[in-house]
Amino acid sequence: MSYQFEFADVLEQWPLFLKGIRLTVQLSALAVVFGFVVGLLTAIGRRSDTPWLAWSCGAYVEAIRNTPLLVQIFIVYFGFAALGWKVSVFSAATAALIINLGAYTCEIVRAGMDSINKGQIEAAECLALTKLQIYRYVILVPALEKVFPALASQFVLLVLASSVTSQIGAEDLTAVASRIQSETFRSFETYITVAIIYIVLSYLARVLFWAVGLIVFKRRRRLGLAF
Amino acid sequence: MSPIIEINDVHKNFGHLKVLNGVSFDIERGEVVAVIGRSGSGKSTMLRSVNRLEKIDRGRLVVCGHVVSDPSVDLHQLRRDVGIVFQSFNLFPHLTVRENVALGPRVARKLGRAETAKISEAALARVNLLEKLDVYPEQLSGGQQQRVAIARSLAMEPQVMLFDEVTSALDPYLTGEVLGVMEDLARGGMTMLVVTHEMEFAKRVANSIIFMNEGRVWERGPGGMLDDPQTLELRQFVGKT
Repeated sequence: MSYQFEFADVLEQWPLFLKGIRLTVQLSALAVVFGFVVGLLTAIGRRSDTPWLAWSCGAYVEAIRNTPLLVQIFIVYFGFAALGWKVSVFSAATAALIINLGAYTCEIVRAGMDSINKGQIEAAECLALTKLQIYRYVILVPALEKVFPALASQFVLLVLASSVTSQIGAEDLTAVASRIQSETFRSFETYITVAIIYIVLSYLARVLFWAVGLIVFKRRRRLGLAF
Repeated sequence: MSPIIEINDVHKNFGHLKVLNGVSFDIERGEVVAVIGRSGSGKSTMLRSVNRLEKIDRGRLVVCGHVVSDPSVDLHQLRRDVGIVFQSFNLFPHLTVRENVALGPRVARKLGRAETAKISEAALARVNLLEKLDVYPEQLSGGQQQRVAIARSLAMEPQVMLFDEVTSALDPYLTGEVLGVMEDLARGGMTMLVVTHEMEFAKRVANSIIFMNEGRVWERGPGGMLDDPQTLELRQFVGKT
């Protein structure tokens, strides 16, 4: 064991790292925001009484959850090209991540919605609320509250999984690392650095989700309940 | 004037189980009717049919002018006119007392902020809970939660209130405070249909009592009928054999 760590050359490339971090953050942020919206709508769709809607949402979820993210990314990227749409690598990567996260979010959110006591929904119906109003005022917040830790974990996983987009040439943190190591020949140091950056990013993401939870779940904040 | 609730030969099955087997009775505006009977006699299903939480298979059901037995009945209008309180309170846990009560007026009745606040506070005043406006349901006793549930229904300003064994989950002390609120409501002229196991309450407050058995109205009469049952089944039910 006589390996000499040599971080200086690697750390000299900090502007490149920074570029990679920026892209990873952008990709993840877009994917989390829109993936959440997709997941929420699909969860409502899957719970719908309209058979074709419930079925299509279910098919989407199953298709995504039973295929590798990398394959999904390739399908979106090459699919757009084959259909003659010119989309940037960034757009294709973002779209693929949204589609992927949407399916996982759907299942988590659906579990939360299913756990809402039927009596509460009945009570809301008896207050003359429409289905959509019941989702908005009665189901949504408690459902999300119940599954929030699982949801936050899924979002953090997405941040990490976004590294796969480097495979279609997205210049994210992982892609940047690959460039740096080929220039510095310090692969071990490069990937250790990248790993530490991912840890910090994940940690920051968790803090952010925790803060969002405090804002959204007023009851928890007011009663001082922890997640 | 026609009755506010008309139930005529109503039938309902759950699979092979006949739950309602030709229920018929009327309720006049301002009347308080207690429904008693053994578990499984169909009283809760009958009550839930009145605001269409259960769909009936056969018969005619008219409530506040809405033909509930008609599949195209306007559910929104029906439920604005008919309030219901459940055994298990069913308050919304993420909303404060004030928000629970205000949801109906604000969202379903689309009232403005000021009017919603006025109505909600008036409703909470009727159940003596004005001092609990900003607490969450989990911070209340069962009796208080049930009173909030009553206020939540009242805030819709319904013409009829349905009560489905509302004190069954409460100890005798808490039962007392909920029954007190219901008695006040009855005295205020509210039309009430009350499924209950509280015989004393039924005798004292109700204008008439309906004894249900095997999915039918077995006996109906004033409070005194409990002291002088006409049928063997009611005699057994009240323990006078």
